[in-house]
Amino acid sequence: MSQVLHTPPPTTATTPAPADDDLAALAARHGLSVSGARPSLREYVGQLWARRHFIAAFSTAKLTAQYSQAKLGQVWQVMNPLLNAAVYFFIFGVLLGTKKGVPDYIPFLVTGVFIWTFTQSSILAGTRAISGNLGLVRALHFPRASLPISFCLQQLQQLLFSMGALVVILLCFGVPVSASWLLAIPALVLQFTFNAGVSMIMARLGAKTPDIAQLMPFVLRTWMYVSGVMWSIDHLLSKHNDLPSWVGPVLQANPAAVYIDLMRFALIDSFHSSQLPHHVWLIATGWALLAGVGGFIYFWKAEETYGRG
Amino acid sequence: MADNTSGITGTTTGITENAEITEIAEITGEKIPTVVVDGVDIVYRVNGTGAGRGSATAALNRMLRRKKAEQAAGVRKVHAVRNVSFVAYRGEAIGLIGTNGSGKSTLLKAVAGLLPVENGRIHTDGQPSLLGVNAALMNDLTGERNVHLGGLAMGMSREQVKERYQEIVDFSGINEKGDFITLPMRTYSSGMAARLRFSIAAAKDHDVLLIDEALATGDRSFQKRSEARIRELRKHAGTVFLVSHSNKSIRDTCDRVLWLERGELRMDGPTEEVLEAYEAFTGGPDKAKAKPKPKPKVPVSP
Repeated sequence: MSQVLHTPPPTTATTPAPADDDLAALAARHGLSVSGARPSLREYVGQLWARRHFIAAFSTAKLTAQYSQAKLGQVWQVMNPLLNAAVYFFIFGVLLGTKKGVPDYIPFLVTGVFIWTFTQSSILAGTRAISGNLGLVRALHFPRASLPISFCLQQLQQLLFSMGALVVILLCFGVPVSASWLLAIPALVLQFTFNAGVSMIMARLGAKTPDIAQLMPFVLRTWMYVSGVMWSIDHLLSKHNDLPSWVGPVLQANPAAVYIDLMRFALIDSFHSSQLPHHVWLIATGWALLAGVGGFIYFWKAEETYGRG
Repeated sequence: MADNTSGITGTTTGITENAEITEIAEITGEKIPTVVVDGVDIVYRVNGTGAGRGSATAALNRMLRRKKAEQAAGVRKVHAVRNVSFVAYRGEAIGLIGTNGSGKSTLLKAVAGLLPVENGRIHTDGQPSLLGVNAALMNDLTGERNVHLGGLAMGMSREQVKERYQEIVDFSGINEKGDFITLPMRTYSSGMAARLRFSIAAAKDHDVLLIDEALATGDRSFQKRSEARIRELRKHAGTVFLVSHSNKSIRDTCDRVLWLERGELRMDGPTEEVLEAYEAFTGGPDKAKAKPKPKPKVPVSP
């Protein structure tokens, strides 16, 4: 059998292939388009908009499938972030004592952990959005940006569960309900745009070099420790006057810190606007636009190459 | 279209179908191309195949000698399709055959625009779609939600999915033995899951439809139903491509066959002629050929 395969009979093509320019001319005459070509940016946005229901359905499906085998089911959506916050409270609040001097430490910490987790898991999911879904990319036609966006949307839904738990925590610790809570909405919109943009950048990098997925947890952990998730940047700066003058503004302009502090400012009454950097909304919008628009264009530039290899 | 008649092997449905297609072609006069494949090469680059890849020292060595060619970096090139050219016309059903690993599925994916080509071009009329929704479905979700998800993934609107939902479920026959559509797909038998996948994928009408081994799934009655559905799709679709190892289903559905071997287009012609050569090549005909064979006929050249 294998011998036969190694000595195939001579080629007997009954219809010899016409010359190359003939074929191209034939295709042009009948108005055929080149398969697998990248659409223009405007067309791409249109295609993406046409797939919005798929993006939403895919993210919800992922979210539901996540805990469908667990006995407690969707309860884990809330349990997970709460347990996370409890660990950080034990280590940083109790053992290391970073809570000294920070009023309402538990609401402060839990807000920080939840908002940070949103950015962190969006970026992690984005890194694997293409490389982890090659089967889907190679089987169906859709604008590939649907994947990183869909994963960010899944994380946003996850965050909304956490925010429900957060509200209960806030009320338990006597943080008053106020009109400033409404500021959480624009803050989340900006953060989502930022996350989606970074996810798209990471999705392209991760599609080309899957090794990045191994590196990201370390990068993200470093980023977390400098972003004031479990300690107050403002507090640190006022305590250490000997730090170089650029450290403060750099720490405070870091996008993760900006979104975390905006949410704290919106939700916790003892977190004052004096603890925020100047022009904080401008910085937040700037990061969102820079990452969102830049990430989208960067991702689109390689649209036709996803799925290779 | 002139060579359609030579592809018929005896099923009555095949005859009427082919006759219809020929009629359409006669009315419109000139043959309208839907897919033009022009000297296409496809090359896969595979990471992690270099000798001694597993050991850390080998990886380190690779990083240090970065400037060396890709082979040194453990990237291997697999030339899956070599200089293939053909033109497919409206109303044709084209079978793709070849031994395992000969590049059939790769070629289909490139026609669908899902794999980039190394050289050459593929021109298509509209967006060819691969009949493969499997990847979008999730085992942990119910069949019902998977129908919605799969439909949306194929680019149907929410309204279209709602409209076709009952049709899809009925066609799959999932609910014949009880209310299974509301159970997670992981509880389905592999046959049931395959039937649901095919039903979702076949629910949409396509301009150019590419089918990769979808017909081998399900029991005999489902296979018959799927073949009928493919003939129906072909009526709506411009062109159907079918990859299969079952020479019988190729005979039943296709009127032209492309034979790929080691990525090269070995033969392109009427079904019966190509299949005979292929069967001789693979060492004897299928069991299906044990029954009386239609008289050998001279193919009319196109």
